[in-house]
Formats: sequence, C-alpha cells, structure tokens
Amino acid sequence: MTGDLIFILLALLTVVPAVWVVSSRNIVHAGFGLLFTLFGAAGLYAYMGADFIAVTQLMVYIGGVLVLILFTVMMTRVPSGGRRTHGLDRYVPAGVFAALVFGVLYKTITSVEWGGSEQPAMPTIAEIGTNFMTSYIFPFEYVSLVLLAALIGAAILIRERRDEQPADGENGTAEREVQQ
Amino acid sequence: MGGMSDQGLHVTGAALMATLMFTVMALCAIVFTWMERKVAGFIQSRYGPMYTGRWQGWAQAVADMLKILGKEDIIPAQADKGLFVFAPILVLLGSLLAWAAIPWSPGFIAADLDLGLFYIFAVSSMVVIGILMAGWASNNKWALYGAARGAAQMVSYEIPLALATIPVILNVGSLNTQDIVIAQQGGMFNWFVFHDPFLFIAFWMYFIASIAETNRGPFDMPETESELVAGYHTEYTGMRFAFFFLAEYANLFLVAIIASVVFLGGWWAPIPGLDFAPALTLVIKGVLLVFLNMWVRWTLPRVRVDQLMHLCWKVMIPVTLLCIVGSGLWMILSGELG
Repeated sequence: MTGDLIFILLALLTVVPAVWVVSSRNIVHAGFGLLFTLFGAAGLYAYMGADFIAVTQLMVYIGGVLVLILFTVMMTRVPSGGRRTHGLDRYVPAGVFAALVFGVLYKTITSVEWGGSEQPAMPTIAEIGTNFMTSYIFPFEYVSLVLLAALIGAAILIRERRDEQPADGENGTAEREVQQ
Repeated sequence: MGGMSDQGLHVTGAALMATLMFTVMALCAIVFTWMERKVAGFIQSRYGPMYTGRWQGWAQAVADMLKILGKEDIIPAQADKGLFVFAPILVLLGSLLAWAAIPWSPGFIAADLDLGLFYIFAVSSMVVIGILMAGWASNNKWALYGAARGAAQMVSYEIPLALATIPVILNVGSLNTQDIVIAQQGGMFNWFVFHDPFLFIAFWMYFIASIAETNRGPFDMPETESELVAGYHTEYTGMRFAFFFLAEYANLFLVAIIASVVFLGGWWAPIPGLDFAPALTLVIKGVLLVFLNMWVRWTLPRVRVDQLMHLCWKVMIPVTLLCIVGSGLWMILSGELG
C-alpha cells in the first residue's frame, strides 16, 4: 500500500514535468523541467532497488547532461516564447512515432511476467564492480576507449579554435568556453 | 514486509534525522559567520565584531539572522517568478541531501549507503542546477555571468574533488562512509592522509578542489563583488538570500567533514585512547579544516577565471590521476593486496 503510494508519487514526479518539458513555450523552462523528470526517474530506480543506477542517473544526467543542456540553451540566442509550428506536417510524423513507441512499450509490458521478487533490495555496487572486472572486462574496456576518443576529440576541437584566435593568449580558451 | 508500525517508525526516524541535519546546518551558518568575521579580523589586524553579546561579539551572527528574517522579500518585476523562488530551495536541498551520508559516530548516520561517497558527489551536483536557475531567473546580467562562472567552476572542480578520493576508495575497497572511517582505526598514523605520499598529495588536491567547489576565495569568481556585484544571488533579498547563505556555509562544513571522514580518520581521535566522543572529534576536525579554508580565503588574492580553469584541467586533474596510479602501485608493492 505504502509502496504503491511511493510509486505513484515518483511516477507523477517523472511524468508531470515531462509534459511541461514538451509543452513549455520557453526552452529554458523546458530544460529546468527535465531536472524533475530525471530526478523522478532516479527515484524510480532507487525504488526498484537499483541503487547504483539511481545515483549514476543523478551524477550523469543531472550533474552532467542537464548542466550541458542548460548551458547550450542559455548561451545560444533562442527567441524565448518563440513561435510554435502547428501543422499536419508536424503532427503526423510525431503521431506515428508516438504510436510506434507506445506499441513497443505496451507489447513489452504485457509480455513480461510481473511476479516481483520476494528478496529485499541488496546493495548492488560490489557485484557490479566485480562483474566489470571479470565477465564484462571487454565491454568495459571498449567503452573506456570510446570515451577516451571523445575526450581527445574535444581537446582537438578546442585547440583548433585557439589557433584561429591567437591574440587571446594561451589560457583564454576556458574563459571563452564559459562565456559563449 | 514489516508491519505498518515499522514503516511508521522508519518514517519518523527519517523525519527526525532530517530535522536534526537541518538544525545543524542552520547552526553552522550562524557559528561560521561569526568565525569568518573573527578570523578575517585577526588576519587583517583588526577586531571584527566586538559589541553584540559582549564577549567577542558572539551574538552578531544571531542578530544578523533575526534582521534578515524581517527584511522585505523583493522579487524583481522582470524575473521568472517560479524559478526565482525555487532556485534557493534547490541549492539548499542539494547540500542537505548530501548530509544524509555523513557518518557522525559508529552507527549514527542518517543513510548508511553502500554508495556513500558516490551518492554525496551525485546529489551535490544538484547545487549547480540551482545556481544556474537562480542566475537565469533573476534576469540580470551580473547574476547570469555569476551563475555561468559558478556552474562551469563547480562542474570542473567536481572532477579533481571526486578523483582525489579514489585512492582512499581503492585502499578501503568500499564507498561506504562508515567502512572508510573504520579502516582508519588506531591513531593518526593510520589515517589515510599519512598512509603513503600519494594519499598525502591527494588530500591537498581534495582541499584545494573543495575551496573551488564551495565558490570561496581565492576561487570566488562567481561572486566577485568588484565586477559582478554579488554574482548569482545579486537579486536575492531577505529569507531567499539567507537560503543561499545557509547553503554556502553548509557546503563549507560538508566538504570539511568529508575531508575528515575520507582522509583524517573520521571520528577516531589522533591518539587511540581518546576515542570517548566520536561525533565531537569529527566536528572538531571539520571546524579546523573550515578554519584552514578561511585562512586561505582571507590571505590569498583572487585568481582569474582562465587561471582557475588552467589549474583545474591542466594541473589538478593530471596530479590526482597520478595519485590514483601511484597509490595503486604502492598497494601492490607494499604487499597490502595480500
């Protein structure tokens, strides 16, 4: 009973701001709405006993992705309260996609046996760590490689910009990045 | 499934713990405001507050709190009202959530999580969103600049801050804050700061990063009063300003307590025989680190934004990475891995 109530509260916390995100006329508001949606999703993970996923959700999505989104949205000149396009050319593809996603979700939800486990939720981090270093060592190292490539790519992008504007001095890049 | 009374007990316990943490936070702000003024005064060869409450002006911070409660609450006409009101709450929430995983004494912890440290760093990142929200909602160029600087600085310094604790996590083999403290039992030479040279460097890296993470001098670019008036909280008054103020001092104490837990033995006294007041020991260590933080703030001049970013990305991150590798090698070579 209490469990259902917690689930409903968390689900509302996820879904209501999500509607706000897609319907808000102000793109910065949409960005901030994501905060609640992502937080609610983290709450749902925690509720399901996936503590590591929940905290990672906070760390990666709120601490990283959302900050990046907000920065981009605030620093680019988007006319706030800008026009929204209404028209069949928007509604039809959106409707088709939504129907497809809903179909897949519905199929998945109805085909899974929702028995629920009787075991109390256990801390997962030690097991995840052990699995990373043993059974899943190859995917783990592969992902590290991809991230390293992304890091090198970012460094190269910044360097090129510095060569174009050498007048700003050696360490001007970071400040420009902040202010752009 | 336990009975309803069990759950009721659990909820009551959680509510009590949250109230206690909030009270400690509020107390922190009052005590540290007074302490900051006295330390600043001492360093600058003046007295600081001397009048209110007779002895060393101890009641000045209390008087200031009362004054701030009675101030007019101004919301600028062009501000984004909803976000403007919510931002200080979010900033405070971010630091209050992190307080849950602090192990005050054996068994006395609000949330004994296996993810402890990781959880603390994750929820602290909500503060960044709060600051961005405050800066944007104020509709003021100084506030927006301050928020952008603050967010960029906090996102950057979170990396060396978290990386500096990894050597300790390697040594303990757990992220649980209780386990980390228990691993440092038996006098100050078992504290991780003195464990090996790499951990000693990692501690100072953590300390420097924590100053930047709390947006305090010499890294207080988000607030630089000479160029940005007051940064992201320029437009805030009264109670809403007090929330930012509270969050700043709560975060200051939080990073000091985490440093004590991770590197300075947590609740263990320096000499094994003196372990009679674990929570008090931890608080004393935290206050000493806060004093060190204030000492740095009132001694060193402010750095420039580019110097700040240079220090983080080109100096501190490589050094902390080196500490991780070095500490791992030390573990292998000293045979601690068994």
